[in-house]
Amino acid sequence: MNRDELRSALLDALAGIAPEIEPAAIEPAKPLREQVDLDSADWLNFLVAVHEKLGIDIPDADVGKLTTLEKLVDYCERRR
Amino acid sequence: MIEFRLPSLGADMDEGKLLQWLVAPGDAVKQGQVICVVDTVKAAIDVECWHDGTVQRLLVEPGTTIPVGTLLAVLRESGESAADVEQRIAATGAAAVPAAMPVPAPPRAAPPLAASAPAERRRVSPAARRRAAELAIDIDDVPAGADGTVALADVERTARVAAAPLPAAARAPAPAAATMAERAEQMRKVIGAAMARSKREIPHYYLAEDVPLASVVAWLGERNAGRPVTDRLLLAPLLLKGVAAALRRFAEFNGYYRDESFAPAEGIHIGVAISLRAGGLVTPALMDVDRKDVDRLNRELLDLIRRTRAGSLKSSELSAGTVTVTSLGEQGVGAVYGVIYPPQVALVGFGRVTERPWAVDGGLRVMPVVTATLAADHRVSDGHRGGLFLAALRDLLQNPDELTGPTTP
Repeated sequence: MNRDELRSALLDALAGIAPEIEPAAIEPAKPLREQVDLDSADWLNFLVAVHEKLGIDIPDADVGKLTTLEKLVDYCERRR
Repeated sequence: MIEFRLPSLGADMDEGKLLQWLVAPGDAVKQGQVICVVDTVKAAIDVECWHDGTVQRLLVEPGTTIPVGTLLAVLRESGESAADVEQRIAATGAAAVPAAMPVPAPPRAAPPLAASAPAERRRVSPAARRRAAELAIDIDDVPAGADGTVALADVERTARVAAAPLPAAARAPAPAAATMAERAEQMRKVIGAAMARSKREIPHYYLAEDVPLASVVAWLGERNAGRPVTDRLLLAPLLLKGVAAALRRFAEFNGYYRDESFAPAEGIHIGVAISLRAGGLVTPALMDVDRKDVDRLNRELLDLIRRTRAGSLKSSELSAGTVTVTSLGEQGVGAVYGVIYPPQVALVGFGRVTERPWAVDGGLRVMPVVTATLAADHRVSDGHRGGLFLAALRDLLQNPDELTGPTTP
């Protein structure tokens, strides 16, 4: 899976949690939770969806660093 | 004979539009089964039937807007014959409601690709229905997926097919914006009406207490450290367990005020305030919070929030709350003083968890602290009891090990 495919899979997971978002409007370098107004339960639901789609389990200790879409793509690329 | 009526959908919704029957005359219905879907300004609601029986007649056509309490269908109980029920319908005058709908509804011209069940019996996801309305697509024209369910992706696919031959300029996004704005405006109106009623009728009083969370946060960190993401706990279920345990000791904050008197509720069903991104909020209930362990509550809370976002809730969830908890702290405020959701008599609020200096044993420590608030009904309780309730909540939250099991002290 290349970076574009990873990004697209992450956005799919996000759309499942926040159906009203416009994926094209997400700015990859800006904090994701603020842009989409995700609370901690939405965020956990998102991480679970990422786990289901990509098979990547993100440890609690790493979650705090993954603030933007770009950082998530980087992380998933390394972890695959 | 069982009369199936549109149940209460919570204090702020008094009508809905019947979208779809999921049963037909002659179908057996089990207690708790979802038998129709009703659209409201807040969500598409799966309406459950609370009796076993067999559908005799459906009395309301999809597309009809109906007030809460409307007779929607008549079921026969086991042992009753269809003729008996027809006779009783005639006797009670229930049939005065437009005689039975055509049974089954005449199938529409089969849409292309639709190899699945006839239109009136297939399942349509709420997100799909909403998207179709935004795109001004007739949902009945959207072919279902392989499992017979029309999902969001099916609508998008149909939209792309429909839009493809048109020049870009012809695809006006206007209907989407109008529908979203209309819905948001309607929701603002119903919330406004319910909250105005609350403020008019309920003499609120407000209290606040800072609650140190060092032990809860440490407990949570330890618990989550080794866990996969699918098994990770949030702070919220622990706070809810604390509220439920405190409510067990202070029954005057859990129940309903109706007809000039208060009736404490048997179960502790906590309405969780969930704000919607498009505006407005919904407070679906987590049932029997005191009797469930924290892992189960965590799963149920995540599911409830996911379904609220997708616009798919059950009628029982919207009307079952015996108290409400809001945690606006997620959005960054220090404390929230809520408006009680009638006929409930109390609302507990949690602000943002922040690191603050805290005096312990004559010294200072920095630890996570949250401000818990109580808005309560003076017709039922006094500030003194409210203060004791918040103090009990604070103390309960110091012992996470005792709090997290299925039964609370």
